[in-house]
Amino acid sequence: AGIAQVSIDKNMHVLLKDMSLAGLARGEEQIFKGLQLDTKKRKITSFERDLIYSNLDATLSYDDFHKCDMVIEAVFEDLNIKHHVIKEVEQYIPEHCVFASNTSALPISKIATASKRPEKIIGMHYFSPVDKMQLLEIITTPETSKDTVATAVDVGLRQGKLVIIVGDGPGFYTTRILAPMLAEAVRLLQEGVNPQQLDKVTTGFGWPVGMATLADEVGIDVAAHVAEDLGKAFGSRFGGGDPAVLKEMVAAGLLGRKSGKGCFVYDPSKGKKKGKTENMEALAILNQHRLTPTSANTTEDYQYRLFSRFVNEAIMCLQEGILTTPLEGDIGAVFGLGFPPFFGGPFRYIDLHGAGQLVDRMRRYEQIYGEQFTPCQLLLDHAKDSSKKFHSSK
Amino acid sequence: MASPVLSAVKYANVTKGFLRDAVRCVSTTSSLQSPRRPKTGGKNIVLVEGVRTPFLQSGTTYKDLMPHDLARTALKGLLKRTDVNKSDVEYVVFGTVIQEVNTSNVAREASLGAGFSQKTPAHTVTQACISSNQAITTCIGLIASGQADAVIAGGVETMSDVPIRWGRKLRQMALKMNRTKGVQNQLSLLFRTLASKPALLEIPAVAEFSTGEVMGHSADRLCAAFGISRIEQDEYALRSHSKAHWASEKGLLSDVLPYKVPGVADTVVKDNGIRPSTIEQMSKLKAAFIKPHGTITAANSSFLTDGASACLLMTEEKALELGYKPKAYLREFVYVSQDPKDQLLLGPAYATPKVLERAGLAMSDISVFEFHEAFAGQILANLKAMDSDYFAKTYMNRTEKVGTPDLSKFNLWGGSLSIGHPFGATGVRLITTAANRLADEDGQFALVAACAAGGIGHGMIVERYPQK
Repeated sequence: AGIAQVSIDKNMHVLLKDMSLAGLARGEEQIFKGLQLDTKKRKITSFERDLIYSNLDATLSYDDFHKCDMVIEAVFEDLNIKHHVIKEVEQYIPEHCVFASNTSALPISKIATASKRPEKIIGMHYFSPVDKMQLLEIITTPETSKDTVATAVDVGLRQGKLVIIVGDGPGFYTTRILAPMLAEAVRLLQEGVNPQQLDKVTTGFGWPVGMATLADEVGIDVAAHVAEDLGKAFGSRFGGGDPAVLKEMVAAGLLGRKSGKGCFVYDPSKGKKKGKTENMEALAILNQHRLTPTSANTTEDYQYRLFSRFVNEAIMCLQEGILTTPLEGDIGAVFGLGFPPFFGGPFRYIDLHGAGQLVDRMRRYEQIYGEQFTPCQLLLDHAKDSSKKFHSSK
Repeated sequence: MASPVLSAVKYANVTKGFLRDAVRCVSTTSSLQSPRRPKTGGKNIVLVEGVRTPFLQSGTTYKDLMPHDLARTALKGLLKRTDVNKSDVEYVVFGTVIQEVNTSNVAREASLGAGFSQKTPAHTVTQACISSNQAITTCIGLIASGQADAVIAGGVETMSDVPIRWGRKLRQMALKMNRTKGVQNQLSLLFRTLASKPALLEIPAVAEFSTGEVMGHSADRLCAAFGISRIEQDEYALRSHSKAHWASEKGLLSDVLPYKVPGVADTVVKDNGIRPSTIEQMSKLKAAFIKPHGTITAANSSFLTDGASACLLMTEEKALELGYKPKAYLREFVYVSQDPKDQLLLGPAYATPKVLERAGLAMSDISVFEFHEAFAGQILANLKAMDSDYFAKTYMNRTEKVGTPDLSKFNLWGGSLSIGHPFGATGVRLITTAANRLADEDGQFALVAACAAGGIGHGMIVERYPQK
């Protein structure tokens, strides 16, 4: 629904299709509420709101799909469901119509296997809430045709998004670089850093949202799912805390903000600040998986243990060709994940603060925790030769 | 499709009398033949499609909407249903009765909001219950005079929010206050006005301005004059509700659009006023207007309703050029007018013979009747009037009675009584229903008639578009 919302106010005519009238009604309501909020804030008049809303065509049928130039699918994160949708939709859409999937982790090439025209399949990963988060991560496969990419980028720019184009690897770019940091955060929690402290440590470093709150926002179940999938793809390098912790939290219904409790308990009646209290249930689970703290236990250590895994993974994405340019890496990290903006992004950070010092820190943690802190080759190259920069200075 | 005789008839310059007889012969021998010579400026004008929002009792799900919201939804629904290019529509006319002051030209606000070009003019008409009929005939006028080939006519009404105004003296005081300087002067103006004991509020009523009589009151008197009993009225009301219910269940009310109202979880998909009851239940109700022994109750009257409707009209040429299969021709129409005091609701009785004559048709040529049901008693009174030689001779200057419509062809999918009567929107519903019924019942001619406050009436002949 958010994707429709950022399209209709840019003069794009959008068909919103759902399976049931109730689901459709919820989507329409969400879009209208979003527009109504803007009206209350006096960004648009009530008339403009109605006019924008007129660009939305909510339907249960495929009747008008023959007029579509692009289909963006945002259904449940299940490969079979997505395959079913592709097969159904392709019966109705015209030749030139691009099919984009708003998936956060399913490989696009796998999704494309159900299609008759895989060159027209592309990933368009939006970030929630879509009307506020500026990043759009476009994922291409070797089969994706150039005009398909061009169309996707064009639509993304028209929607007011900052667009990056990345390759089709597990977790693409944004999910992939976040995962090791989340794993590390779980380990910190197990070592006795409670959620409030964890938040303080990370916001003190420059992250706009504390790590524990971020986990709750993303969803503990999503985090668990991602940890499992990427763990399978990349092995123990992506490990950190015990995955059982997340699984147990999910089993206990601690899904984060969406279920009202995760690392914190959310009480909407008490307002934003007072309504967020530490969740005793979560602490109990963490207690059961206690790890003895190591020598890397100063505030600075906590900050850099999280930070270095994030940056290292980002650089590895460039190394492996998931990213084509460091600039896109920086934009993706800052606008999609809230990387401390004053660093300018992971690559800019390395240029400014030097790869060497980060490598030294990582080597120290590598001694304690092993391969999860092994610096990648590209990072080592930049450490060896300090004149090597990701961004050419002009 | 057209036989040579009929083409000759269509285009030849023949006298009215010959034409009428020729047409009468043709129409009674073979139905669904080519259309007769059109009278609307030499063009055949067709109804391409008509839609409406569900009609809901006032104060229910639509209560927070404004008229332009309802009208806009009808327009958007029509656009989607017909897939017409907004740029092909050259004019939009809407009818409405209780005007929302901020959107006095509701046609304009609704069409702009629906995404029509700013270059498409629009205006709003008012003629009480036949406002959207007037919208349709105004559009026919535009087409016939060559100003447009494709137009949209519609209607809207909401009774969930009515203009309750300060009393007239208070309004005058407020305006004067604007120009009064100094607290002393302002206070003295205030006290002077209040001392004259002005009416504080002016609440609109469904009453005739010329007579001061509430319409229900007039209807009650009408029933008394024609000797229409309470039980007859309740039975007719039951008929209306039952037929509407049946048609709704069968999916015949295909003009209804789904409406997702902002802030309401469930999408509205059908009219909520259709409620078939029993004679026993209905007989328990007290008289609503002339108490205690009036015969009109809430059950046998139409109810305050919110809703909107819209229809797409074109010249036949344009419709075919754009690839449409029109539903019907809009043929002859009349407006009649009589005494608002004693004949307020007898419009259909006067309009029916006039429009039949104008069309050269007999009552027996009509396969579908769609009459607006303001009150059950009003329908029955009109039928009695049409069945009365005395009435015809005394009031209509005729030699014999008009004759009654065959009830087996009359309002078979319910009517305003059961479906609802958003004043401004009903006309389009009647025309669309007539066209849809013609197709479903395999008829050629339909007669639509309605009464309206002010003592005005309307009648129109709708002719089914030939199937190839």
